[in-house]
Amino acid sequence: MPKYLLRRTLISIPVLAGISAVLFTILALAPGDPFEELATNPNVPAEVRMNLRAKFGLDDPLPVRYARWVVAMARGDWGFSFVSRVDVDTLILQRLPATLAVLGSALLLAILIAIPIGTYSALRPYSIFDQAATTLAFIGFSLPTFFTGLLFILLFSIHLDWLPFIYRADISATGWRWYWEHVRQAIMPVAVLGLFQAASMTRFMRAAVLDVVRLDYVNTARAKGLSEGTTLVKHVVRNALIPVVTLVALQIPNIFGGAIVTEQIFRVPGIGSLLIASILANDILYGWLDPRISYR
Amino acid sequence: MTARVASPTVAGKLAVAAAEPRSSLWRETSRRFRRHRLAMVGTVILLAMVVAVLAGPLAWRHPINEIDFKAKLKSPSWSHPLGTDDLGQDLLARMLYGGRISLAVGIAAMLIAISIGTAVGATSGYLGGAIDHTLMRITDMFLSLPGLPLLLLIVYLFRDALRKTLGPEVGVFILIVAVIGGLRWMPVARLVRAQFLSLREKEFVESARSLGASPLRQMVRHILPNSMGPVIVAATIDVAAAIIAESTLSFLGLGFPPDIPTWGRILFDAKDNLDFAPHWALFPGTAIFLTVLSINYIGDGLRDALDPRKVLGT
Repeated sequence: MPKYLLRRTLISIPVLAGISAVLFTILALAPGDPFEELATNPNVPAEVRMNLRAKFGLDDPLPVRYARWVVAMARGDWGFSFVSRVDVDTLILQRLPATLAVLGSALLLAILIAIPIGTYSALRPYSIFDQAATTLAFIGFSLPTFFTGLLFILLFSIHLDWLPFIYRADISATGWRWYWEHVRQAIMPVAVLGLFQAASMTRFMRAAVLDVVRLDYVNTARAKGLSEGTTLVKHVVRNALIPVVTLVALQIPNIFGGAIVTEQIFRVPGIGSLLIASILANDILYGWLDPRISYR
Repeated sequence: MTARVASPTVAGKLAVAAAEPRSSLWRETSRRFRRHRLAMVGTVILLAMVVAVLAGPLAWRHPINEIDFKAKLKSPSWSHPLGTDDLGQDLLARMLYGGRISLAVGIAAMLIAISIGTAVGATSGYLGGAIDHTLMRITDMFLSLPGLPLLLLIVYLFRDALRKTLGPEVGVFILIVAVIGGLRWMPVARLVRAQFLSLREKEFVESARSLGASPLRQMVRHILPNSMGPVIVAATIDVAAAIIAESTLSFLGLGFPPDIPTWGRILFDAKDNLDFAPHWALFPGTAIFLTVLSINYIGDGLRDALDPRKVLGT
């Protein structure tokens, strides 16, 4: 096992290098200039700008800049934001907890919905329950998260006035009230993301259980007298989960994509809204990509 | 001598024999597709959408950018069947126009993704060896790129440059289509490669090879047509995914400019007026949802119809 892990890690190094090179090249080729603001400011002489460019090494050839960037990233120096004048790692660390909390709860919700429903559907294929679940799953992954988010706001915030539609990191209440407010404001973003993931996960789970449930070892387990519940949990679901886990792991980059949209709708102060804000502020944070990559 | 005389008739008989099962294969496939009730409903809805979007602007001759502050944020009525937005612009006209762009983006991005994916997968699967290995590592690398963030970044960074050179509409269209297609070809490449790996060893390919068919001919004429089933299904789903991707971009304010009202863009403009003009967001959102749902059901129907294993089951 350790040997296998080591080999997989070594294989992933060229892939990581490739991804970072692609991203770095895109950023370098882009027409935006971090010192654009200085260029349009008449009070800043051109030499000062040139000196700044030289100081940050912006005029060096691309491979040199890439090598320097990799070394700096490895040392933990992720650069600083030109807009907020804060180190990028501090900025990302500030935003990361909100994103991870929402994403984690959404994933948990998706698992809690998908595994029982997918399993039950597969045990009674083409029953009314299965058909209802399949229809709901199709609707679920055809509804884009940005539209579900707006529908939820329309229903639960505007129409029924049950839930707040803006996520706030600075809630002034204390004690139980503080926790309650946090849970309340997280319900909609988590539900939007979680239901969307649950839809496709239910389909995976159903297919995986259908593949497993007719195999001989399941009959063997029944034949040796195991109860139906034990057979199901220990033999069927456990083995069906293997392909599901792989597919879910492969989807993690997409889940981050969904997080960008939900964070934007509900104004969750997370990584996704940081990314959008940086892009719209022409403030390219050279470090924003990294948590995503090292996550894999 | 006799063989030479006989051969045309034999060939003729063979051609007749070959033509018959072929047409009935397609008939069989379409019969299976038509039996998938929801796929048929999806086809009807999608066709209705396409017709509405293509012919609608001819019938509903309301300009998409006529500003009328007296009629702003109006709910649906006879003069504005889908209501108006905050500038009093007619939403039905805007939706019909935007639908053209949304559907065109979906189809064009799908074509790009399928072309790249098929080319990479076919080369990889047919040639094998070091080329296969390199191409698959590149595919893996693209698969691990963070899709939406990268899409946002590229569109943002290169939007202005392309707008200057090709004009606002064409420039943004080409950029969005190229980037969405360029980030979605990997699953197709893997599918096609897997098909090629198994098909290139089959007898019919071997016989083509022994008759002297060039590698390109073997790939295009013999292997590719036999591996199209899963590709057609993937292509259908890709149209839906590309429509969602474009709407997401527009919804985040990084897609088409405001004077080109794609469905996602209308939703983006509507989202801050939810409390007093919900119709403004509901119509484009429902349009995206219905289109994507129909396409997904069509894909499901095609999967059932094109999968030969299904014949035994049903």
